[in-house]
Amino acid sequence: MEKLLVVNNVSKVYGDYKALNNVSIEVEKGSIFGLLGPNGAGKTTLIRIINQITMPDTGSVILDGEPLKPHHIQYIGYLPEERGLYKTMKVGEQALYLAQLKGLSKQEAKERLKYWFDRLEIGDWWDKKIQELSKGMAQKIQFVVTVLHKPKLLIFDEPFSGFDPINANLIKDEILKLRDDGATVIFSTHRMESVEEMCDHIALIHKSNKILDGRLVDIKRQYKNNVFEIGLITPNHAATSALLKEKFEVYPATFKSINDELQYKVKIPDSVSTNDFVNYLTSQGQLTHFVEVIPSASDIFIETIQKN
Amino acid sequence: MNHLPLIIKREYLTKVRNKSFIIMTFLSPFIFVGIFALVAYLSSLNNDTVRKISVLDESGLFADEFNSTPHTQYTLLHNVSLEEAKQTAENKEMYGLLYIPKTESLEALSKKITFYSEDSPSLSMMGDINDMLETKVNTLKLKEAGIDSETIKSLRINISANQETFKGKETSKLGSGLKLAFGGAAGYLLFMFIIIYGNMIMRSVIEEKTSRVIEVIISSVKPRLLLLGKIFGTTLAGITQFLVWVVLILVLMTVVTSVFGIDPATASPSQQIVENSVDGGTQQILHDVMLEINNLPITNLIVMFILFFVGGYLLYASLYASVGAAVDSETDTQQFMMPILMPLILAVYVGFFTVIDNPHGTVSQVFSYIPFTSPVVMLMRIPFGVPIWQQIISVVILFATFGGMVWFAAKIYRVGILMYGKKPTYKEIFKWLKY
Repeated sequence: MEKLLVVNNVSKVYGDYKALNNVSIEVEKGSIFGLLGPNGAGKTTLIRIINQITMPDTGSVILDGEPLKPHHIQYIGYLPEERGLYKTMKVGEQALYLAQLKGLSKQEAKERLKYWFDRLEIGDWWDKKIQELSKGMAQKIQFVVTVLHKPKLLIFDEPFSGFDPINANLIKDEILKLRDDGATVIFSTHRMESVEEMCDHIALIHKSNKILDGRLVDIKRQYKNNVFEIGLITPNHAATSALLKEKFEVYPATFKSINDELQYKVKIPDSVSTNDFVNYLTSQGQLTHFVEVIPSASDIFIETIQKN
Repeated sequence: MNHLPLIIKREYLTKVRNKSFIIMTFLSPFIFVGIFALVAYLSSLNNDTVRKISVLDESGLFADEFNSTPHTQYTLLHNVSLEEAKQTAENKEMYGLLYIPKTESLEALSKKITFYSEDSPSLSMMGDINDMLETKVNTLKLKEAGIDSETIKSLRINISANQETFKGKETSKLGSGLKLAFGGAAGYLLFMFIIIYGNMIMRSVIEEKTSRVIEVIISSVKPRLLLLGKIFGTTLAGITQFLVWVVLILVLMTVVTSVFGIDPATASPSQQIVENSVDGGTQQILHDVMLEINNLPITNLIVMFILFFVGGYLLYASLYASVGAAVDSETDTQQFMMPILMPLILAVYVGFFTVIDNPHGTVSQVFSYIPFTSPVVMLMRIPFGVPIWQQIISVVILFATFGGMVWFAAKIYRVGILMYGKKPTYKEIFKWLKY
């Protein structure tokens, strides 16, 4: 797969604080890349380096095959976590200004703004001042301004904060559509369910170091540990329970069911194949529920951070 | 991509459309002229009051001297005791009582004259009375010594040395005064401009921080460009406001003086002097002033005024902008304001004390090269004649420093604008320079 963005061994020191230590990431064209990490891990510093707001001390950043240069700014759309708009400026005027700063001509900017304002049904805000809008409304404007110049690379830092669930969904769909239209997205958030839903690839940064990187499915495969959630109707629950506990590592589990059954999470050793395990279970009673437990992004996040 | 015009335009329009800016632009001249008219009105009221003073002259020497003026009326008392005189003066609500006792000699008399009044008397009026008494006593003294005062008067010759430079240019006191006025006005104007509009730039930087728009902006433009755009945009807005003020004040002044019939001169404390000189022939003075103005290096002055004004303002503006970037709110700016204001105040002091005293002395020369003081000091020196090469060096130093200052400010700016919620110390700001 072609890489749109390659970050090579980037380090950044602020005074005596090391914000980034030899971090490298590769973002594939047309993918959604989740940049994760606890607060203060160095995500924002990395994003600012990609946006050329600060320069790396060592290391390099390559965008679309070229080392980062000032003119690359117009290929990037950046929605910072600390965001806002000029409060006393009118919506339309402000959007035009920001679009022009990104290199669009006034005419072009106007046409595209009209398209987006119609699409998000915010056309009648054009002459309102930002301070008259609610936070969610202002966020919508901010989103439009970020994507207006059709950037190749979109960077969203906590894009859903300040949105109600309906609008958050709307924005999520827009981001997915932008990806389908060919844009590459870097996505930094603490909302793990959206990582789960949207990201193809994730990198986890912790205490200035990258500690995890890869395709989300690969990582999940790597983190799953042969645990299955089972439901079993047996003639004698107590006896079967004891038997299972003797043979395997067993954890309690609860899931919704219409049956009165044994519910367990069972870890099977590598020597036992899934089929053998199923056969064993069916020999004990009627199998009503059998699911492989796949770690969620949130589980992976917490587990990896705690390990480090 | 050149975004500078775009940024300047936005900054300018935002400033100019701001409600409080518009209100200040149009209200200030009215307030200014209003205060002026009030002062003029009040001082004319003051002039209308008449002070009644009774005089008890037991010596009989001064009988002819007390001529009443529109503002002071003297009443001579005869054949009353001091106590009675005091009583009447108090009862009749006289302003005061001047008591001149009878003494053996004029020396003794000079120590015994007393002025009684309700409160402390007006200083200027006491001065007038003292002068009058002194002149009379001195004349009497001369007479005693057998010298005719008229003879002395006729022998007195006034000297006012003609002033001429080595190259044969005539200079005069009037000329020096005019030069001072030019230089002083220019220096003061710059001082005011820096303080008013420097603050405006600072606030505009802080506003971008508090509204959190800054990170969006600097992912599109370089901080240095944004900084420059801000400075230029605000400066243009400032110049617009200044021009409106000048025009409005001139118009209002004309209206006020013609409609209300207030003579601008009555508002000034130097009324006497003006009146005296008017007596000497307004035509002549006007002619002299025009002559002196023609003698000033007008072109040089105007060109240098623009250069120093722009350079000085830009230099200080970039300082203000970096303070704005370093702090989170206007209340935190205090600790950084002192180091900005100090050189500015120093410049004004040097200008108004040292330059006036000796325009080409060492101190004046040195301070007219230091970029933080040169705009004010050099502007004040130029009317007195400064070689062009010196002016050019000073301008070059000024603009070079401005360039360096923008670099320095942009450094602080690019770090500071992304720092929230922390009150920085000087030490930290110094560290930011190395980021």
